[in-house]
Amino acid sequence: MTHLIYNQFDYEVHPPRLSPEYKSTVLRAPSQPLVVLKQSLSELTGPLFGDFKLGEFDNDLTKNAIKNGEPLGERIVVHGKVMNENGQPIPNTLIEIWQANSAGRYVHKVDKHDAPLDPNFLGTGRCMTDSEGNYKFYTIKPGAYPWGNHHNAWRPNHIHFSLFGANITNRLVTQMYFPGDPLLQYDPIFLGVPPKGRELLISKFDLSITEPNFALGYRFDFVLRGHGQTPFESL
Amino acid sequence: MANYSNDEFFVPHLQLVNSLFPIRTSSFVPRHSLKFVIYKKMKQTPSQTVGPYFAYGLTPEQYLYDFKSLVGHQMASPIDQKNTITIVGKVFDGEGVVIPDAMIEIWQNDGENQLFGRFGTGTDAENRFIFHTTKPASVNGQAPYLSVIVFMRGQLIHSYTRLYFSDEITLNEQDEVLNSVSAERRNTLIASQNGSVYEFNIRMQGEGETVFFEI
Repeated sequence: MTHLIYNQFDYEVHPPRLSPEYKSTVLRAPSQPLVVLKQSLSELTGPLFGDFKLGEFDNDLTKNAIKNGEPLGERIVVHGKVMNENGQPIPNTLIEIWQANSAGRYVHKVDKHDAPLDPNFLGTGRCMTDSEGNYKFYTIKPGAYPWGNHHNAWRPNHIHFSLFGANITNRLVTQMYFPGDPLLQYDPIFLGVPPKGRELLISKFDLSITEPNFALGYRFDFVLRGHGQTPFESL
Repeated sequence: MANYSNDEFFVPHLQLVNSLFPIRTSSFVPRHSLKFVIYKKMKQTPSQTVGPYFAYGLTPEQYLYDFKSLVGHQMASPIDQKNTITIVGKVFDGEGVVIPDAMIEIWQNDGENQLFGRFGTGTDAENRFIFHTTKPASVNGQAPYLSVIVFMRGQLIHSYTRLYFSDEITLNEQDEVLNSVSAERRNTLIASQNGSVYEFNIRMQGEGETVFFEI
């Protein structure tokens, strides 16, 4: 059997560690060059969550925190495919989701933004990809919110995601943005991504998944790191 | 660029690319004539920061939010397993200030035990991360280690490091990875033992900066 060697981060699309416009990176980005590691058993494996029992409404953020009514805001459905760079779908992999509510407020205790919490919206959920790598969840479109990076700084609407993929080299934490958001051009977190990568973080409005009289649809695909050419045995 | 596709890995997203070129699939190219399968390459989805507000999504029970946690820091139970150990440490920024909003993940696989844990530094009074796990065994003569992944606000992309054990002197001295690191920085990867507790501090920058890996 052949050992696959997983690709490294592609820095044509990934942000650099130090990105001074995003001020928090200045004291938190490693300053020494990374040491290239030969992958061994631990890197070539990772946690699998096939046994984890998702809650009934884990994939529906509009329902999983209801206390006394429906959460406020624009209901949306987000779907897409998780695959690796080689185009192979990644089935049965976990996607974790968190976001602000429609007013731009996080449930997190540290968030002091003067915007209302929604008693019926927690803003977190998760789903698994199906056998073909597809996923889908329902939520409320998150609002923009101010932050302290610079004068009049606002984060564009976004949803946070955490993915595992095949092993720990595949680990990905990212944010999905919405098409046409005027705040993108001012956001140092989004702009920390090199120009070639930026479009990859913007979801597409998708009429085909939009549910009549119910929810607007957006498509967002994830591409995790793949592996190199596989030696192919001659017959 | 070659444009062979392997049927097994052919997905609709690639059709646009393929339509610009003659499509050759394994039905046209006998498999035994190919020494290598050449895959299409799609662009990786770029990383973005975990941000300051990950806790209710990724570590909800630890931070007392009303949502079930997927994993926690109790990776192994001393009742069920032998050789249980505790890992504790802090994360420091470039000015030596303790970081209270980092999230640490640990993965270990020695062939026997596959264990995963996750802990945020925002709930301990001293902003430590704490894991209860087992000490992994040596694999193929390598020094035993844990894989450590570091996430935080101010990191647009996560950092990988490894935790080795100070009481594995002989294996550590012979270890290929540890020896690939300059001698003066090697100690940043070695947790110091005190009974069953190992202390492992992570310094993002400056003096004693932890070695981070490109894996």
